[in-house]
Amino acid sequence: MSPDLLKLIFGRLGIDSLPLHEPILVGTFAVVALGGVTLLAGLTYFRLWGYLWREWFTSVDHKRIGVMYMVLGIVMLLRGFADALMMRAQQAMAFGGSEGFLPAHHYDQVFTAHGVIMIFFVAMPLVTGLMNFVVPLQIGARDVSFPFLNNFSFWMTVGGAVLVMLSLFIGEFARTGWLAYPPLSNIGYSPDVGVDYYIWGLQVAGVGTTLSGINLICTIVKLRCPGMTMMRMPVFTWTSLCTNILIVASFPVLTVVLALLSLDRYVGTNFFTNDFGGSPMMYVNLIWIWGHPEVYILVLPAFGIFSEVTSTFSGKRLFGYTSMVYATVVITILSYLVWLHHFFTMGSGASVNSFFGITTMIISIPTGAKMFNWLFTMYRGRIRYELPMLWTIAFMLTFVIGGMTGVLLAVPPADFVLHNSLFLIAHFHNVIIGGVVFGAFAGINYWFPKAFGFRLDPFWGKCSFWFWVTGFYMAFMPLYVLGLMGVTRRLRVFDDPSLQIWFVIAAIGAGLVFLGILSMLMQFAVSFLKREQLKDVTGDPWDARTLEWATSSPPPDYNFAFTPVVHDNDAWWDMKKRGYQRPLTGFKPIHMPSSTGTGIILAGFATAMGFGLIWYMWWLAALSFIAMLAVGIGHTFNYHRDFDIPADDVIRTEDARTKLLAGAK
Amino acid sequence: MSRLKILALLPLAVALSGCNYVVLAPAGDIAAQQRDLVIISTVLMLLIVLPVMALTVLFAWRYRQSNTTARYEPDWDHSTKLELVIWSAPLLIIVCLGALTWMGTHLLDPYRTLGRIHADRAIDQSKAPLEVDVVALDWKWLFIYPDYGIATVNDLAAPVDRPINFRITASSVMNSFYIPALAGQIYAMPGMETKLHAVVNHAGTYKGFSANYSGAGFSGMHFNFQGLDDKGFDGWVAQAKSAGGSLGRAEYLQLEKPSENEPVRRWGTVDSDLYRLILNMCVETGKMCQSEMMAIDAKGGNGHEGLNNTLPLSYDKYARRGTALGPEPSFVVGTCTPDAPQGQTTAAIKAPLDTAPLLGAGLKRPTFTPLRSSSFFLGQRPKSDS
Amino acid sequence: MTVAVNPTQTGEPVFYLADEHPHPEGYSTSLGFWIYLMSDCLIFAMLFAAFGVLGANYAAGPAPKDLFDLDLVAVNTSMLLLSSITYGFAMLTMQQNKVAQTQMWLLITGLFGAAFIGIELTEFAHMIHEGATPQRSAFLSAFFTLVGTHGLHVSCGLIWLVTLMVQVWKFGLIEANRRRLMCLSMFWHFLDVVWIGVFTFVYLLGVLR
Repeated sequence: MSPDLLKLIFGRLGIDSLPLHEPILVGTFAVVALGGVTLLAGLTYFRLWGYLWREWFTSVDHKRIGVMYMVLGIVMLLRGFADALMMRAQQAMAFGGSEGFLPAHHYDQVFTAHGVIMIFFVAMPLVTGLMNFVVPLQIGARDVSFPFLNNFSFWMTVGGAVLVMLSLFIGEFARTGWLAYPPLSNIGYSPDVGVDYYIWGLQVAGVGTTLSGINLICTIVKLRCPGMTMMRMPVFTWTSLCTNILIVASFPVLTVVLALLSLDRYVGTNFFTNDFGGSPMMYVNLIWIWGHPEVYILVLPAFGIFSEVTSTFSGKRLFGYTSMVYATVVITILSYLVWLHHFFTMGSGASVNSFFGITTMIISIPTGAKMFNWLFTMYRGRIRYELPMLWTIAFMLTFVIGGMTGVLLAVPPADFVLHNSLFLIAHFHNVIIGGVVFGAFAGINYWFPKAFGFRLDPFWGKCSFWFWVTGFYMAFMPLYVLGLMGVTRRLRVFDDPSLQIWFVIAAIGAGLVFLGILSMLMQFAVSFLKREQLKDVTGDPWDARTLEWATSSPPPDYNFAFTPVVHDNDAWWDMKKRGYQRPLTGFKPIHMPSSTGTGIILAGFATAMGFGLIWYMWWLAALSFIAMLAVGIGHTFNYHRDFDIPADDVIRTEDARTKLLAGAK
Repeated sequence: MSRLKILALLPLAVALSGCNYVVLAPAGDIAAQQRDLVIISTVLMLLIVLPVMALTVLFAWRYRQSNTTARYEPDWDHSTKLELVIWSAPLLIIVCLGALTWMGTHLLDPYRTLGRIHADRAIDQSKAPLEVDVVALDWKWLFIYPDYGIATVNDLAAPVDRPINFRITASSVMNSFYIPALAGQIYAMPGMETKLHAVVNHAGTYKGFSANYSGAGFSGMHFNFQGLDDKGFDGWVAQAKSAGGSLGRAEYLQLEKPSENEPVRRWGTVDSDLYRLILNMCVETGKMCQSEMMAIDAKGGNGHEGLNNTLPLSYDKYARRGTALGPEPSFVVGTCTPDAPQGQTTAAIKAPLDTAPLLGAGLKRPTFTPLRSSSFFLGQRPKSDS
Repeated sequence: MTVAVNPTQTGEPVFYLADEHPHPEGYSTSLGFWIYLMSDCLIFAMLFAAFGVLGANYAAGPAPKDLFDLDLVAVNTSMLLLSSITYGFAMLTMQQNKVAQTQMWLLITGLFGAAFIGIELTEFAHMIHEGATPQRSAFLSAFFTLVGTHGLHVSCGLIWLVTLMVQVWKFGLIEANRRRLMCLSMFWHFLDVVWIGVFTFVYLLGVLR
């Protein structure tokens, strides 16, 4: 075939785009391919394709979608953590003239991918998954406001993740750091596909995130059950509301910034170029206007989880509900006024710097108030140390350290000496692992029985907990120390041999965290095998307080046979206390949305379009775009998207539960 | 040494390694004040953080389920007094810290000229500050001493107790100029100038480096900063002078090509206009300087004539490298630079001696040629480029 | 949500709705669409901000006063404003259940919209032909992106409008179609408002500068 034709079909994709010369990648590919083939063969052998397609992939049930988000988050955690291990190993080895085992070309991709994956495809899916699963149950709704959109959002997130994963084996990922500052990320200095993978991976996933934010806001505002006023909403729902407001009010900014960067890269405009009047500093400002709220998008739901867990396991009402809510709202608003603290060193001038430094510190006031609220919820309680509570205690002790170093970094002159150092790395891992990751694990352990009807095994859970906590401290405390020695981030090789010991300790810490992750996978496997022993028939294994525990575990498709009516903040606690009798008769048909494959098809085309644009396969991009338009419009011609669950089915489901409950007594 | 041995020696090594906490024990007054701010802020915050941690442990222990002697009040969820305390305690700390921040930020603003040499020494007015122009290149540092007419790569020195005024820019991507022992960092950005005022109080050799990732050669982008006594500094200058050589525009264009782990280099003379040209991104003759461009823009642009004052770029440095869907790379032609007075604007940019495209270790040329022909702009890209 | 949540006559608290009615279809749609519009508004806000930052960086090239033909832009603006009015008529006739008239007004709206896009493309083509391409300067990059994004939105609105006309033609003014016309109406007026911003800040103030 002629080269022109090849170029027309494959764009810039060629044999040399495959990283055949990198043994690490070839090895990884072999393992992934083997695992993938085994998985696919297993699914085929057990005839699970139809089941997966009907019951999961096309499902619009918020509970199923929530679980799928969690699975995505945990799978991507493995990838992101593999990157972390490689970085730790490289930095522990590359001393005294040793180049370590990663060349710059590979190492720079590893730290970029680590950041992007951990934020966008681990933390975001875990948080979104928990919100998706829990919020409708907590507010006594049957589903979210736009169930089809929910399915579509999920698959767009998957599409973004797929693009990022593809970069591992076809082409390469960005070598720019996770925020891809131009001019480095512009076509002049990153001419290959890496940054394009970055852009389109995030654009595709970003559409999903924005839509899911709109969806959950509507759900919380419009679908609360009778009696649940705003000030009677569970705190997790409140933090979810604020998080989704932040999503809707910040992700469009990311969309624009990346769109402008791609215009620079594809058509040669001059937004962020050095020449022709472009301004790279504008990129840094714009991306942090998204980036700072993003931090709170992740951590606010975690705060909500800790509130639920503390109150439940202390057997006590949450202390200071009202101030908790106001603190959340204040954090939401303030998170837009602090973005510049990420680049005090750009030379903005003392007044601007101190303004943003002080607004940043002000955020610590409501955050501190929250901390005290959890403390006084424990005060005069009866604390049961189940796994979620363990994670919460670890959070409280860890997060205050991260918070403290955060406020320290908000003092501009202090930031001048610590900015971009390993101290900074230690700080944000301290808040993100100590806050978001511990929160997600508390949430997983807390709501798992609700999702699957059996608890998680406590032994392996505790193994995971202790490995994670000790591993975290071993991995990141040395980085604080190194930061004070003036060691900067993203270095690949080191001269000073006296630093090595700290990197070795950090690498051992990362190894412990790895054991923590393995223990968690073990916990899932063991719990599944012991599911009869760990079974929860009551639907309320923790003697909890909010509405999601009023229904069965796992909840029926329709969540509640009758929409609940709420009289108190702790609705379910109140119902239990006042002798609520579960209705046994009078069931009616329930109106529910039907499953649809449109979401996955649309997201598939969007991903294909992204791939086409990355590799300059214009025909693929154009065709996928047209297909997306056609399928989208076609979908609007379907006016029958709902069905009724017949009363008989409801009766059968509810009778089964009645028997189960009777058996439990 | 095997891994196990390292592990066995670990506690000993930690104790004996003689770690250099340079951020906490710097050699310059600015960095020392910044260190003080780090310590004071930390202590202020510990005032509230330590009690919180202690209370967490205390409550977690005292109110455990098995301790049935502890009070249990399941419905106690509000106390106005307590709420006042938990909001006002952090507020008070932040008020103090905020005041400290406001003052500290203004006092330690890198743009502010120094007010003192050391905590107990005022500025010596008879000594003019040392001027140093800093350029972050891919991936090395160029230092120009305009007062002495010398330039170095990856080698910086200053006399003890004499204020230093840095003017900082970059040639291609963003870097951060950081000598932890001397003063806090500030970004080095292409086409822009940042400033840093600092002073070194103790003689010695300190590390300096880029603190902002800038591409493949980033890890090797460090230099030694020497604090010398006056005599030592004069010797250092003389050494550079005696190195001979001259750094002019052509040499600079060669120098700015990406390279990694550069050894120290010195030039005895330097083009006095070089820093201004680098800052304005017009070292290449014929290219319009940013200052000129901004002056024209401030007057409302060049009108329709301005549409034709671009030329195709043969020397591939600052501009885009030909995007897939865009036109050929180009540059704006200067109208009245000293080397290209008016009337000579049709001359293409004078490329450095070697016209091969710039290729750093991390910079590959795109294998793809643009879809569109050069019809948008005048001229053609040279053959060697396609 | 005016459901009785108070205790019944017997004093027993009510913990569930024995006799509930599901939320009507499209119960959350208008709120959801509003939130979407606000997120879209943020996209334009960012593009305006980019234009604000880069709008005077001509790179020694042409400035707005050299490029903009205010007469043409005035005609263009009136096209879009008129299309908003005719969309308003479409909504009024929709309220009266007059299918044919609704369709007619929608068609007129679409024609005005298409005229707007046509004039805008002419303007772009003219500028690019002159050499004032998006690549010439940061100002032109920001200009083409802001105005082009608005034009892209109007084009999407046109596709949506045609789709809705087909749906009204096939299924009549059923509840779902009314809701969709309502959403498109908000979208259309929103684009009108954004255009007023573009007209003022980009064109008028640009020429004054």
